[in-house]
Amino acid sequence: MCTYIVEKVEIKGSAKGRNGWFSSDEVVVSFDHPVHAMDDHTLNIDFLKSDGSATDRVALEIRPADALKFAKTILAVLEEAPDSLK
Amino acid sequence: MKDIDIKGGTVNFSGANGDQIEGYLAIPVAEGSRGNVVVIHHMPGYDRATKEIALRFASMGYNALCPNLHYREAPSADSDDAAAASRANGGVPDERLIGDVQGAKDYLAELPSSNGKFGVIGYCSGGRQTFLAACNIEFDAAVDCYGAFIVNNPAPEFPVRMNAIADQAPNLTAKLLGLFGVEDQNPSPEEVGRLDEILTELGKVHEFHTMENAGHGFFATDRPSYRVEAANRGWELIRDFFAENL
Repeated sequence: MCTYIVEKVEIKGSAKGRNGWFSSDEVVVSFDHPVHAMDDHTLNIDFLKSDGSATDRVALEIRPADALKFAKTILAVLEEAPDSLK
Repeated sequence: MKDIDIKGGTVNFSGANGDQIEGYLAIPVAEGSRGNVVVIHHMPGYDRATKEIALRFASMGYNALCPNLHYREAPSADSDDAAAASRANGGVPDERLIGDVQGAKDYLAELPSSNGKFGVIGYCSGGRQTFLAACNIEFDAAVDCYGAFIVNNPAPEFPVRMNAIADQAPNLTAKLLGLFGVEDQNPSPEEVGRLDEILTELGKVHEFHTMENAGHGFFATDRPSYRVEAANRGWELIRDFFAENL
């Protein structure tokens, strides 16, 4: 089913899309049907521009268990980095 | 069935609130009088798979039009990018859906080949939207393919904006064909059974089929949910249903 489980996060960063690098100020995280991944539901991450230009999008569709590993890895890497660099 | 020549392409027409939106029109090449089908795409968007469904209806001898329900979110974007934008905005509002389907029906009605008969079909979220459209717009035939949240509201843990719409069933004018999978949880066989009861109590003409060895999305040939036996049987039922009513 379509879950429409969606959360938005404001960020400051860059992403590389079809037209090259762009400044991304919003990440949309959802749990719903994927377009390409071979699963019924995936954890989906879209790096976007909040100005609504949907064409600038970097999209990920990840199996839920793998998304959890991914999230833990992000936290671990951030933990590993010196506070003085954050 | 004899193969017929068809053609397909993008057209523009007025949707809800008079907004200009696009749609994919697939029609037989030959002149003639024929029935019409509005195809409602699934949440992942106005994609190739859905356009192929419209082309299949054209090959079956119907005029078919699939409105791009995500067009406003991203007019120039790819269908998957527009679907992502729509998802981020909470999906397609019910009132807008009704207006867009009405616009698609009106476009088909203006075709010289229209015979004045109209069907509507949708998949997944489009299954619910088919029921919604058929309760608000006059259709001769409607096909709900595994639409959830018609009888049951979404569970509390799901932040889905949509609500159950079974209370609109008294307004249903079309004959309804429902195609479901026994392994589906949304809608579950219990929810399908309840809708069956509601429509029977109201005296609405309908027939429901729950396919064995199939779950949600069994028609989707490009997804792992595809079940060839259920999909083939479903297409046969749709063929007969539209032949009788369009």
